[in-house]
Amino acid sequence: MLFQIILFYLFAAVLIGAALGVVFSRNPVHSIMYLVLAFFQSAMLWLLAEAEFLAIVLVLVYVGAVMVLFLFVVMMLDVNVESISRQLTRYAPLATGIAFIMALALIQLIWLRSGTEDPSLGAFQPNPADYDNTKALGAVLYTEHVYAFEIAAVILLLAIVAAITLTMRRRPGLKVQDISKQVAVRAKDRVRVVKMDAEPKEKMGAEPKEKMGTEPMEKMGVAPREKMGAESKE
Amino acid sequence: MIGLQHYLTLSAMLFVLAIAGIVINRRNLILLLMCIELMLLAVNFNFIAFSRHLGDETGQVFVFFILTVAAAEAAIGLAILVVLFRNRRSINVDELNTMKG
Repeated sequence: MLFQIILFYLFAAVLIGAALGVVFSRNPVHSIMYLVLAFFQSAMLWLLAEAEFLAIVLVLVYVGAVMVLFLFVVMMLDVNVESISRQLTRYAPLATGIAFIMALALIQLIWLRSGTEDPSLGAFQPNPADYDNTKALGAVLYTEHVYAFEIAAVILLLAIVAAITLTMRRRPGLKVQDISKQVAVRAKDRVRVVKMDAEPKEKMGAEPKEKMGTEPMEKMGVAPREKMGAESKE
Repeated sequence: MIGLQHYLTLSAMLFVLAIAGIVINRRNLILLLMCIELMLLAVNFNFIAFSRHLGDETGQVFVFFILTVAAAEAAIGLAILVVLFRNRRSINVDELNTMKG
């Protein structure tokens, strides 16, 4: 029991320190790293409270996905840190005042109005030895709350669609395939057959006249074209 | 013994810190989003502490849904942030006065 208490205070202290780091660090990348630390400590504390499934989910979803997303965005944006952090102390008195009032109200609510002077009365009752948090959570989640579960899936789909729609852009000079245009094209849109008379040989250009077999070749070259044009017209 | 009130106190400290962070960093949109994440974490602490205290898993189911919605919110918020930075070259909240709000 003593070991658990020591662990709780250790994790809580690191968690508060990490939250302070998130709020007060000057570099947004450092803030994100502190936030990752805070999430890890929270997962540890949830493990102490025997919420194992949510602790694992917190590490996987938050640290693995959301924080990496934050990190990507911060590194992509190239924010001018100096211009922002110079204003840091301007709102500090206001922040301190609000935090003090809220802390006072919450502490009064938790400790003074809870009715128990002895904190050991609010201590967690030990679970039975064969208690399985994941199994219990699943038994509730897929029966009682199954509609909410499906709505959560729809919300995630909505987030995917919204994020992609927001960030996708079409640059003007980009050469991309348009599949529907490619499929819809017809031969007569691409090839235009021009009907023209056979021209005399002198007008064709600077070809040497003395070559053997020029004339029949010329005829053979022209004749199919004329045929094709006639066919396509019919 | 560690009990409900310890967890609630820790959660209150986290929440107050996040509020102070929102007030202090009110110029940087990324830090505002991170402070909102911290506040949601504090709320989740409350849910888990009460769920453990009362022996009822419904609170943990609620934490599950909060995590889902928070992930969606972070994704959409960061997408808006990227578009905003692409258009304005800045994420300073003070410069976002187009709608004169």
